[in-house]
Amino acid sequence: MYGNAYIDPNDKATAMTAGEDPKKLEEFEARIARGEKIEPMDWMPKEYRKQLVRMIEQHGHSEIIGALPEGTWITRAPGFRRKLALMAKVQDEVGHAQLLYSAAETLGKSREAMINDLITGKSKYSNVFNYPAFTWADACIIAWLIDAGAIINQVANAKGSYGPYCRALDRICTEESFHLKYGHDNVVTLATGTPKQREMVQAALTRWWPPIMHFFGPSDKISNHTEILMRWKVKMATNDDMRQQFLNMYVPKIWDLGLTLPDENLKKNAEGKWEYTEPDWEEFKRVINGGGPCNAERLAVRRNAEERGRWVREALNTTESKYIVPLA
Amino acid sequence: MNQNTTDAIKELLYKMADDLLIIGHRNSEWTGLGPILEEDISFSSMAQDKIGQAQALYVLLNELGEQEPDTVAFMRNANQFHNSQLVELPNGEYDFSLVRHFLFDHADQLRFEALANSSYEPLAKVARKVKGELKYHVFHGNTWFVKLGSANEESHNRMQAAFNEAWNYALGMFEPSKNEDLLIGEGIFEGEETLQEKWLANITPYIIKAGISIPSSETWKPVYGGRVGNHTNHLSPLVEEMSEVFRYDPTAEW
Repeated sequence: MYGNAYIDPNDKATAMTAGEDPKKLEEFEARIARGEKIEPMDWMPKEYRKQLVRMIEQHGHSEIIGALPEGTWITRAPGFRRKLALMAKVQDEVGHAQLLYSAAETLGKSREAMINDLITGKSKYSNVFNYPAFTWADACIIAWLIDAGAIINQVANAKGSYGPYCRALDRICTEESFHLKYGHDNVVTLATGTPKQREMVQAALTRWWPPIMHFFGPSDKISNHTEILMRWKVKMATNDDMRQQFLNMYVPKIWDLGLTLPDENLKKNAEGKWEYTEPDWEEFKRVINGGGPCNAERLAVRRNAEERGRWVREALNTTESKYIVPLA
Repeated sequence: MNQNTTDAIKELLYKMADDLLIIGHRNSEWTGLGPILEEDISFSSMAQDKIGQAQALYVLLNELGEQEPDTVAFMRNANQFHNSQLVELPNGEYDFSLVRHFLFDHADQLRFEALANSSYEPLAKVARKVKGELKYHVFHGNTWFVKLGSANEESHNRMQAAFNEAWNYALGMFEPSKNEDLLIGEGIFEGEETLQEKWLANITPYIIKAGISIPSSETWKPVYGGRVGNHTNHLSPLVEEMSEVFRYDPTAEW
């Protein structure tokens, strides 16, 4: 799963190509326009590299942080079928992080440096994972709707310009499509189940709706910045377009299950566009900057895991020579 | 099949299935928290295999008249479980989890290899499939056990301490059953004593290679009791957590 990469709107667009060789830049842009993929050893503008590292890294972080709210339900999953499926799903997510960190490493930043930036709070991850999964139904809603949002985002990005990232995303999307089925099957089971189950899935959906609406990020300001990133095929679709696509695909399915969404203004208008109450973007900013209900806990858990595993990583770094227990 | 034989087979199946379910559950607790991403993924793979193997054995029990696998796994209380105490102990640090995994999987591999030739064909069939999966678990355990046992001073000391802590519990895996003679006599299972001997022979070369010392045999005190429902205080919270959602509405399909 994944949330949209958070691009700082204060980055200066004019600075993005400053100092680049105009001829090389022109060739680079022509390649992308022709639909060619950029590979690790190819020339690329500094800013292209920087934006991609940031984006792929955030994506990788989202996968491992995303494993936490769902992972807590592995040990509680009801029945063999659900337990086995959830384990496999969360394992996939960790595997995605592995793939993504490898893709980002081709751009020159090591996995250790990325993880370090995650646990020191320097780099971001998807905002949705700063909310708690209170019940089993929350884990089901995440598996269905957050993964659904992620697929929309990733299918778009898989058509981007950077070869290693696209290839990683192709594989990730295939796995995510199973997660989506798994999540949907779970939500259907709860929504058509006993009164207690229906009540828990409705409560979870109501809780998760605001973070889901935040998922694709605020409306894009049409700036030179966005324009360049789209021309370079780093950013493939606007946040609003992806949000529309999500609403179009999933709101009818949610309503079909007899579930309600906590937004009276949500409807499809005559032009086929979804109207909704604007999400609280102040809340979004507050959470992304560390003020959400679980930010501190998520990072603390991750930091603790890194700390506890340090001796193992150090042991792996030893050469083939063996430690011999001293005789005296 | 007479009643005594059926009861003996059930007892054997229960202890094996419960071992697998509980260690699978413990392995799954590493998800998202492993020392490196690759180990997170490995422990999750092993957890999935073990829980799947447990399920296959509960299905055999179901065919012998016990309740559905989900009911058996998610509705019993801790004192109705027959797993060895080794598998219910908390994960602790990676050293303990790894040592336990090494000791447990060698024993389980030998158990399933022996059972692949069991005269009780339904179990033999399951065992032939399972032993293929366990080969990789044992390979994983051996690799890490040897590496961390001998990498540097800290890793060695940690592994030795974890080994000492796990040892008597590991011996407890071979708690003799009241049905040993019957199982051996009917060619169903070779018995715990034989299994323990083979296990010691198999693990010793890796222990030597890792530079780890086995506690001297006069200090061995196998921790028995798990097979008859006596457990540490760690099992009850595990079982409660595992069955929390299932029991929230036992009438529901999940």
